[in-house]
Amino acid sequence: MTLRILLGALPLAIFLAAAGFFLWGLDPERDPSEIPSALIGNPAPDFELGPIPGSQTPGLSRADLAGEGPVLVNVFASWCVPCRAEHGVLTELADEGVRLVGIDYKDKPEDALAYLAELGNPYERIGADLSGRVGIEWGISGVPETFVLDREGRVVYRHVGPIMAPEVERRIRPALERAAR
Amino acid sequence: MSPELGHFALILALVVALVQGSLPLLGAARGRPGWMAVGEPAAVAQFACVLIAFLVLIQAYLVSDFTVLNVVENSHSTKPLLYKITGAWGNHEGSMVLWVLILALFGAAVALFGRNLPPSLRARVLSVQAWISLGFLSFTLLTSNPFERVFPPPADGQDLNPLLQDPGLAFHPPMLYTGYVGFSIVFAFAVAALLEGRVDAAWARWVRPWTLAAWVFLTGGIALGSWWAYYELGWGGWWFWDPVENVSFMPWLLGTALLHSAIVVEKRDALKAWTILLAILTFSLSLIGTFVVRSGLLTSVHSFAVDPTRGLYILLLLAIAIGGSLLLFAIRAPAMKGGGLFAPVSREGGLVLNNLLLGTATATVLIGTLYPLFLEALGGERVSVGPPFFNLTFVPLMMPLVLVMGAGLLLPWKRADLAGLLGRLKVAIALAVVGALAALWLYDGTPVLAVLWVGLAVWLAAGTLTEWAERVHLFRAPAADSWRRARQLPRSAYGATFAHLGLAIALAGMIGASTGKQEAVELLRPGETLSLAGYDYRLEGVERTRGPNWVANTATFAVSRDGRPVATLRPERRLYLVTNRDTTEAAIHTTGLVDLYAVIGEPSESESGAWIVRIYHEPLVPWMWAGALVMMLGGLLSLSDRRLRVGAPRRAARDGALAQPAE
Repeated sequence: MTLRILLGALPLAIFLAAAGFFLWGLDPERDPSEIPSALIGNPAPDFELGPIPGSQTPGLSRADLAGEGPVLVNVFASWCVPCRAEHGVLTELADEGVRLVGIDYKDKPEDALAYLAELGNPYERIGADLSGRVGIEWGISGVPETFVLDREGRVVYRHVGPIMAPEVERRIRPALERAAR
Repeated sequence: MSPELGHFALILALVVALVQGSLPLLGAARGRPGWMAVGEPAAVAQFACVLIAFLVLIQAYLVSDFTVLNVVENSHSTKPLLYKITGAWGNHEGSMVLWVLILALFGAAVALFGRNLPPSLRARVLSVQAWISLGFLSFTLLTSNPFERVFPPPADGQDLNPLLQDPGLAFHPPMLYTGYVGFSIVFAFAVAALLEGRVDAAWARWVRPWTLAAWVFLTGGIALGSWWAYYELGWGGWWFWDPVENVSFMPWLLGTALLHSAIVVEKRDALKAWTILLAILTFSLSLIGTFVVRSGLLTSVHSFAVDPTRGLYILLLLAIAIGGSLLLFAIRAPAMKGGGLFAPVSREGGLVLNNLLLGTATATVLIGTLYPLFLEALGGERVSVGPPFFNLTFVPLMMPLVLVMGAGLLLPWKRADLAGLLGRLKVAIALAVVGALAALWLYDGTPVLAVLWVGLAVWLAAGTLTEWAERVHLFRAPAADSWRRARQLPRSAYGATFAHLGLAIALAGMIGASTGKQEAVELLRPGETLSLAGYDYRLEGVERTRGPNWVANTATFAVSRDGRPVATLRPERRLYLVTNRDTTEAAIHTTGLVDLYAVIGEPSESESGAWIVRIYHEPLVPWMWAGALVMMLGGLLSLSDRRLRVGAPRRAARDGALAQPAE
């Protein structure tokens, strides 16, 4: 009988635990897209990536990131749906003159080319990280992910998940301003 | 004036729900028939009030009443008529009205068609349903009023997200909600039974048609959503394991388990506490789905505008509805008597296994969906869980499920003899092996897993048809005799046959789509040809076209095979002028066995006159939607069975007697 009582109460206990997590998750200060990164304040990892095979856009390495003022490093992939969602926002930023480079993560070259051909290519340079090695160096946990770097190539801000219009004003622009200082 | 009418109707519905939630319940507790009888007219009145509010909202959209904020934000005067109507539920506030409308519709349906229910059970069901209404009506009125005015009114609206201006998505929400929200009635039945303290075979029989109805709509809703993603996102994918998809899939999985466990309650008077729990959990998952979609808890592509107060309010509703019902369950369930012992090889044994696997699969999807949140809360890093996780966990769980399903309908109640069962299934086993070998031979280098799956899909179809063939004595009796037997089989038997067959068809589609997909991307000039999988796609030209609120580049492809024309495909790339957003409109020609799928991209930057063209060769994809339709048909057939028809308990007894000799 005791067992039956315990079993009967189990679903409630599980739900209450889950509800606790939900309540925590609703904290308005919490932003599911913001991630503390060990890289923040530190120079970007050393890497060198060739261009996407068959693409006109040059590849990307650590050396390309420093020296020219703030830069957005966007990790994307053709197989990632949220990347499509943020693509328009990134294009607008690039059109405004924000320096935007890309890392194509774990992708097939032909898919990546099709993706860029379909949606347009706002990136100044794209490194093809076909094996995902460089993604590990950057410590990314998924795609899309975007880093804001200052002129010395130090990581100022890390954004996990798609950048949507409201986040540009709330997060990206302030980070770019910090990076420009 | 009329928006205020809608607002007022919603408030009135809230007041009616308050009455419906209290009087019948008190009446049932104190045994007062007069109080209990209030439930039915109240449920109908509540539905009428919400319907008025809904129609008023649609009217505001139809006449483009830009004094209403919701219309301004989601409509435009040039939008086609269909999307003016569907735009009413293409946003958070409007979709809440639709949600409540369907909730009230199910309440009214119980009031009108539930005459055979004992009065106290009916009164309690209607009251519980009214509590849910109360929660969501107050939520709509307090945090998401769709009738809010704006002053001064703007000259025109901001238009609806162009991705939503599509027939598939126009009907996806109503269908999905009917499924989601339909489980509220099942939930109400479960809570009423817990309050009543009685769960028996009769209860299971009453609850089954409602479960079936909700399940049919949810199946359709999910299939429509997947179909939309397939042709509208323009890259031929059909399922992404996105949180929002997952939260619609979980109630479906658990609802399927519930459909089957309710049979055990009905036939063997066992698994009662489990079935009640499933009924509560299925709707709880629907509620959690609503919460996840509208609170911004997880990152997803298709969430609504995020507002923390809304999230908190729904979480509160969740705590009351789920927490309250589970508390009631914790108090009452230990006293419920279990049924007799089960033999492992028997119909009920198979159904228990079905429930275990479906329950585990649901838990897998739930954990995969919420894991990022849990990990983050515990101070871990933030992660996203994608298709690889689900392919590794969920997909293997489906293998034993399909294996048992193939034999499931042939299993007799109480005790089966395994050797005899396998003997009856030898044709199906042989066909499955042949099917798998054929896949291996036809497509050299097919992954092992895909070969296994082909075998399983054939096995499921063959096993299901074997059962039907046995019941009609196919090839063992004269054809006329078989025909007579086939016509006399109860519709619920056909329901099960079709539903299982539908899954086999859909499985075939999924296997084909995930292993046989081919694609090509090229720069084409008009007159040039691209070849893929034996079909030649000749780009005839690209012309500028325009619609009511968009302009487009429309390409024309002449598709031929070995020189013989097959189809003309006209994909578009549209620019919606108000929102300044692009959409791809893929052109798809289906031969029944394969979809020829063409997308036109941007003009090339480097070579003038050339266009980026993507062609997909998608084998068996249409089978997925066909399979879903067959599953829905199965559900509807079963629903139309006289034995289950609500309001026909007497005839049911006679039917049961008639059905016996045919066995």
